[in-house]
Amino acid sequence: QDNRVSIWSVGELGNGGLNGEYQGEPQLLCDIRHNGDVMDMQFLDQERIVVASSTGTVTVFRHHQSNQTLSANQRWEKAHYHVDQDTSCGGAACTGVICNNPEIVSVGEDGRINLFRADQKDAVRTIDNADSSTLHAVTFLRTTEILTVNSIGQLKIWDFRQQRNEPSQIFSLTGDRVPLHCVDRHPNQQHIVATGGQDGMLSIWDIRQGTIPVSLLNAHEAEMWEVHFHPSNPDHLFTCSEDGSLWHWDTSTDISEKPSFLHQGGRSTTYFSHNTINQSVVSAWLSNDPTKDRMEITNLIPNQTLSVNSLDILGPCLVYGTDAEAIYVNRQLFA
Amino acid sequence: PSQVVPGADPSARQLCFAWGPAEVLVCESLFGRRGPGRAEPGADRVCFVAGSRDGGPSSSCIFVVRKDQDIYIHTLRKLFNESHGIFLGLQRREEELVGKSRKAQLVQVSKNYRSVIRACMEDMHQAAISARDPALQSQYSTQVSILSAMELIWNLCEILFVEAAAAGPLLLRLLDWVRLHVCDVDNMVREVLSSENPSKHELFWNVVDVFVLQGRMDEARHLLSKEASANPTSVNMYKILDDLMKKMPMPSLGNTQTLTEMELKWQHWHEECQRYLQDGTFASNSHMESICKILLGDEDAILEKKELMTTWYHFLVTRLLYSHPTVKPMELRFYAQMDLFLGGESSPEPLDTILMAAFEFEMHQVIKECSIALSNWWFVAHLTDLLDHCKLLQSHNLYFGSNMREFLLLEYASGLFSHHSLWQLGVDYFDHCPEYGRVYLELHIERIPLNTEQKALKVLRICEQRQMHEQVRSICKIMAMKALRNNRLGSALSWSIRAKDAAFATLISDRFLKDYCERGRFSDLDLIDNLGPSMLLSDRLTFLGKYREFHRLYGEKRFSEAARLLLMLMTAHIAPCSFWMTLLTDALPLLEQKEVIFSAEQTYELMRCLEDLTAQKSDKQKFQDDDVETMKVEMLRLALARNLARVIVKEGTLEGS
Repeated sequence: QDNRVSIWSVGELGNGGLNGEYQGEPQLLCDIRHNGDVMDMQFLDQERIVVASSTGTVTVFRHHQSNQTLSANQRWEKAHYHVDQDTSCGGAACTGVICNNPEIVSVGEDGRINLFRADQKDAVRTIDNADSSTLHAVTFLRTTEILTVNSIGQLKIWDFRQQRNEPSQIFSLTGDRVPLHCVDRHPNQQHIVATGGQDGMLSIWDIRQGTIPVSLLNAHEAEMWEVHFHPSNPDHLFTCSEDGSLWHWDTSTDISEKPSFLHQGGRSTTYFSHNTINQSVVSAWLSNDPTKDRMEITNLIPNQTLSVNSLDILGPCLVYGTDAEAIYVNRQLFA
Repeated sequence: PSQVVPGADPSARQLCFAWGPAEVLVCESLFGRRGPGRAEPGADRVCFVAGSRDGGPSSSCIFVVRKDQDIYIHTLRKLFNESHGIFLGLQRREEELVGKSRKAQLVQVSKNYRSVIRACMEDMHQAAISARDPALQSQYSTQVSILSAMELIWNLCEILFVEAAAAGPLLLRLLDWVRLHVCDVDNMVREVLSSENPSKHELFWNVVDVFVLQGRMDEARHLLSKEASANPTSVNMYKILDDLMKKMPMPSLGNTQTLTEMELKWQHWHEECQRYLQDGTFASNSHMESICKILLGDEDAILEKKELMTTWYHFLVTRLLYSHPTVKPMELRFYAQMDLFLGGESSPEPLDTILMAAFEFEMHQVIKECSIALSNWWFVAHLTDLLDHCKLLQSHNLYFGSNMREFLLLEYASGLFSHHSLWQLGVDYFDHCPEYGRVYLELHIERIPLNTEQKALKVLRICEQRQMHEQVRSICKIMAMKALRNNRLGSALSWSIRAKDAAFATLISDRFLKDYCERGRFSDLDLIDNLGPSMLLSDRLTFLGKYREFHRLYGEKRFSEAARLLLMLMTAHIAPCSFWMTLLTDALPLLEQKEVIFSAEQTYELMRCLEDLTAQKSDKQKFQDDDVETMKVEMLRLALARNLARVIVKEGTLEGS
């Protein structure tokens, strides 16, 4: 197998053509061989990328912009492994990484959580057998706390300040314990968390209260692989799935933009939920009935065929990759 | 084509082999060369043990011989992926393709396929240029020429079969086809045009001839005008030739003229040319004279320009342009004569045979020849599918049941399945093979190596979407066993829930219970405490969950509830018999509490359970019981009796009644 980590250039962000049209194909700048499947990856800083491998290794690559090359900067081999290290299949896939420079957290199929620090050879902290099932994804809640999701439908909060190897809180789905595959936290309101499950359902959690999700939204027809809040525009959420679709969830409401026939005479905007009067701006994500004409959901892929495995957003740019070995870049997301 | 397997020497040793889905395993056996069959002393089999035992040291290698190497070529992956998308689009839109627009849409699909081939050619060309290793470079160059040939054939099939161009437009399409594919002239043209004095360039007349041969009249006239301005003496000749070329009637694409009109006009024009030639107008300039002869369709004049045309099909189209512009599709075969061009020195290449078959409208022959010539099923599978959608292939039932389209698609998709990543494309191809697709898919999908959970999930989703329950169960079992071996009990449980596999869930619960018995406490509490509705998957799992609940209740000092639960576990037969002793032992502390927890009813129940348990043991077992066992039973009996005594008193007392 010839797996590679590659860096592509998609042209300048501000360089829109006559009508901001597509500027030409992405150009491959450099690539480097990678051992095993790339399960997850994230930029650590402007130059370094952390990559999680199916062999259980976590690698930090450095992108040298001067001569456009990639090199392996640091590697933690066997970051994830199963009990039986003598057999050749002793390595367990590392399923997720998250970075908060200089800290890197990785989780894997062995149910282990590793906390690394860039440039430190050994792991700062390892929680063995943190979970009896596979940990599918991880994200930072606060600088010292992380959120993980696993294959028995649980969302757990881990606090690194505590010495014991137990989660500080466990949330789980009601009903069937469907495996959860992805998790993301609202960029501004840290108590709002979104997760995606194997049945394609999007769950929104309020981690200040209760142990069950606040709302469950029937979304995709197959596994939801990734969920992301837009980092600067968190009223927008994006999910991608094995069924080949990528959905854009838009809860921003701006009455002045809507055409007039949508206004029903005399009806004021029911933006404020009926929770409390004190919270004058309640996030639309937490309202009890998010489907009541307050959320616009669009499928961004016209001819879906194979799975969309991964997506990312920054500003007006959306990039996603499919199983048809294609990468798509959309640079006018909100046009 | 035969392949040499390096390292395996059949002359030294006999080879043995085993077939796989897309490859063959070959290795050298112990047996030496085959000699005349004779019975070796001591050998029990006479038939095949022959020759010398020692053929020299055998290489201890197993060779994997793959027949489909093309899928591993990196630059071709784009071809496979993009064509998969086009293929799916075609199958899905089948219902919408009706009426007049159907043909146009099918032509569009054909053009899409061709543009993918061309894009791939570009990439391959770039790779060939930038490759440093000469072997790799030659491999890429070969690939480029193969792709180019494929596009040539496909284009012709599109004109003749998909679009089924009628007389008139047929010639125009064929002219386009020739112009597109004879590209060595472009360099020549550029060279001449970019020089300061084009008319003095040595290749000038060659370029003009090429334009004329390809029917590019405007360009020819443009060049000729340069000659005219440079050479005032031939102005008159030039004007006449220019006029003739301008007036040449061409078939039109629209409905502006009928065929008969065009034929009449052409006849007039042809006669005019004839007159000028016979008058000797061009006698002084041999170049212009030969051009005039070409315009008249003079075969010898055209054949003189053999090197410029390079191929017999170019010759064919030029001939048609200047002698029969209104040729009908079915008449093509009469004009397509290779020997005239090749002159009998060289024999036709595979490409020539394929194109000839196409001109003769022998579709099946085209497909057959392509299958033989090409190393990969991609081309024939997609072309046949397209032709099938054009309803051109009679359902040509092959003797093992499926039709040709299905056969080719099955072969192509099977080839994809041996690839670690392209197998996903193969799934969709199998879906669209109505007769055998499903069976092939069922067999292939179980053999995909599952090295990560994510890959297993993808395979499972494919199986579930197609109601392949057997495969779902089998894959989940494999993953669950792997997880169990790695001590990932939660993962194992999650896989058995997905497969709704009660037996496996029981296995996992037994493992948990065993752990508990050995260590005295539960592992993976986060799992057992949060089983939810999946607890009902198997009885043992339900027991596990409830038993853990009992422990929790006890820890929270909710003794009466704990007692009730414990009893229920035994009386409702949720607990396995082997565990009853443990449960009864768990009841001991409850019996010994200061306040009475078990009611009289409950105590009787407990006693009954204990008696059932001891009665079940045979006499032999009772002898084998060590002191601990008997002591446990004794203690239980005592505790139960004491509890009974206390509770009878308590219940008999009128407390606040």
